Amino acid sequence: MRLAAITLCLLLLVLLSLMIGAAGPGGGLDSGVVMSVSRIPRTLAALLAGAGLALSGAVVQLAVQNRLVEPGLTGTPEAAMIGLLLITLLAPASPLMVKMAVASLAALIGTLGFLLLAQHVPRQDPMLLPLVGMIYGGVLGTGGILGSGATWIAWNADLVQYLGSWQTGEFSGVLRGRYELLWLIAALGGLLYLAADRITLLGMGEDHARSLGLNARQTLLLGLGIVSATIAAVVVTVGAMPFVGLIVPNLVSRWRGDNLRANLPLIALLGAALMLAADILGRVIRWPYEIPASTIFAVAGAGLFLWLIHAAPRQAGRT
Amino acid sequence: MIQIENLTLQRDGQPILTGVETTIPATGLTALIGPNGAGKSTLLHGLAGLLPPAAGRVLVNGIDIASARPAERALRVALLTQNPLLVPRLSVRDLIGFGRWPHHRGRPRQEDRDHVDEALRVFDLSALEHRSLDSLSGGQRQRAYVAMAHAQATPWMLLDEPLSALDPRYARDIMERLHRLSRPGEGARGVVIVLHDLGMAARYADWVVTLRDGRLVRSGPRPEVMTTEALSALFETGLAVDECRGRPVVLPV
Repeated sequence: MRLAAITLCLLLLVLLSLMIGAAGPGGGLDSGVVMSVSRIPRTLAALLAGAGLALSGAVVQLAVQNRLVEPGLTGTPEAAMIGLLLITLLAPASPLMVKMAVASLAALIGTLGFLLLAQHVPRQDPMLLPLVGMIYGGVLGTGGILGSGATWIAWNADLVQYLGSWQTGEFSGVLRGRYELLWLIAALGGLLYLAADRITLLGMGEDHARSLGLNARQTLLLGLGIVSATIAAVVVTVGAMPFVGLIVPNLVSRWRGDNLRANLPLIALLGAALMLAADILGRVIRWPYEIPASTIFAVAGAGLFLWLIHAAPRQAGRT
Repeated sequence: MIQIENLTLQRDGQPILTGVETTIPATGLTALIGPNGAGKSTLLHGLAGLLPPAAGRVLVNGIDIASARPAERALRVALLTQNPLLVPRLSVRDLIGFGRWPHHRGRPRQEDRDHVDEALRVFDLSALEHRSLDSLSGGQRQRAYVAMAHAQATPWMLLDEPLSALDPRYARDIMERLHRLSRPGEGARGVVIVLHDLGMAARYADWVVTLRDGRLVRSGPRPEVMTTEALSALFETGLAVDECRGRPVVLPV
């Protein structure tokens, strides 16, 4: 029922997204070309990125048993950027899939690093883990030690503009032929559906999952592998997006619980809808100029996040 | 039967249990008792095969449980770890349904649904089946966890302090149900349970294993192990085992 309502909203947003932009009807450009080269790819990119980020958030929250984390708080995008920078420096001519694979691997290593760190963080206060994650991301990111090195190399190699585009997620640069990597997210979503029960089991804690016969390590690697590839694909094509992975799984969890298999379509739909809404908002606020969707999401998401932890601080950490 | 042979278990390189040697009968209710830090939870993890022994081995119905494949292990032993469990928001039915996971690995059949229905019925949870765990009282939630272990339909159920946070009615209720499940006969389960409530142990246990400072103290039928002298020495405090209305009771004296 409500799933139907969200689907309807999503369709309306898609319609809006296809209509709104600097080139209005009769603006001189062939509107058919605008549609097929820019508007349709842009809309699809937002949908795919939103769905992928929301699902990644749900997986990470179950994997570390904390509702207040998301891939953006586990160093995942920062690690992906380091990987991208390295491959762009060492083998600038390598095909996109190779760059993507390196970025995914780096993202996975970065996320596993966070997991190692998380083992030493006391669990009593759920707020502690995201704070640790923020610092960890900062260390990996451009502000930190590792990242400063990366930035310095990037500056020397004249790659700073790449870093900028990876860090701030937005869809204005999406054109046909430059977003198709995001379709990988659809495939990863399918894979995630198959692994959904295992990942829910993981959310019960390692002991419990193992006593039910789950190979917990293998499942953790699979889940985080899917997350890393998703984040890498998003960073490469449209840039990092904060908060999507935090807000959407929390909203769905409050409403429908944490059975990942049952809720996976809903998480994906809601993530896609919110991402597209943020992009549309960014297009109309200062029309005909644009505000990056990540900025919109950072502002709106921060508010929603505060509401979430205020509304239920106790449940917040109890994934 | 669980045979524990010269078992040594470590956590983070520290020995927690050393040289434990005993057997636990295949049916009936076995209570694991001992002071805090005696190694009761660690022993339970060892019996479930989740903690590989540093020395010795555990044979569950003749099979070395620590070297069994995870899927195989989960069909023999169900372990309910100590609260608070970090559990996702699930409905009671979904939670119990995950107890069937070792049997269906993601593709539940009618048989699995029947087991869930039975667990809901046995633990009196049918009216709550669609409620979310975090909307339940502590007692109801605890019953749901035990029902999940029940649905796993293993010959052995290992429970780590399932009575914590329960008022006497719910505590007794769970013990009665576990006691009934462990009576010899068709489908009887071996129930091994870590208990702090010595009264419950005296009332319901058939077999008692006592641990202290990482070593086995005694293992035997309840009347032989739970005596005034043995319990007072075990807990280093005055405890008396007496009889009230024909039932054994343990009193601080």
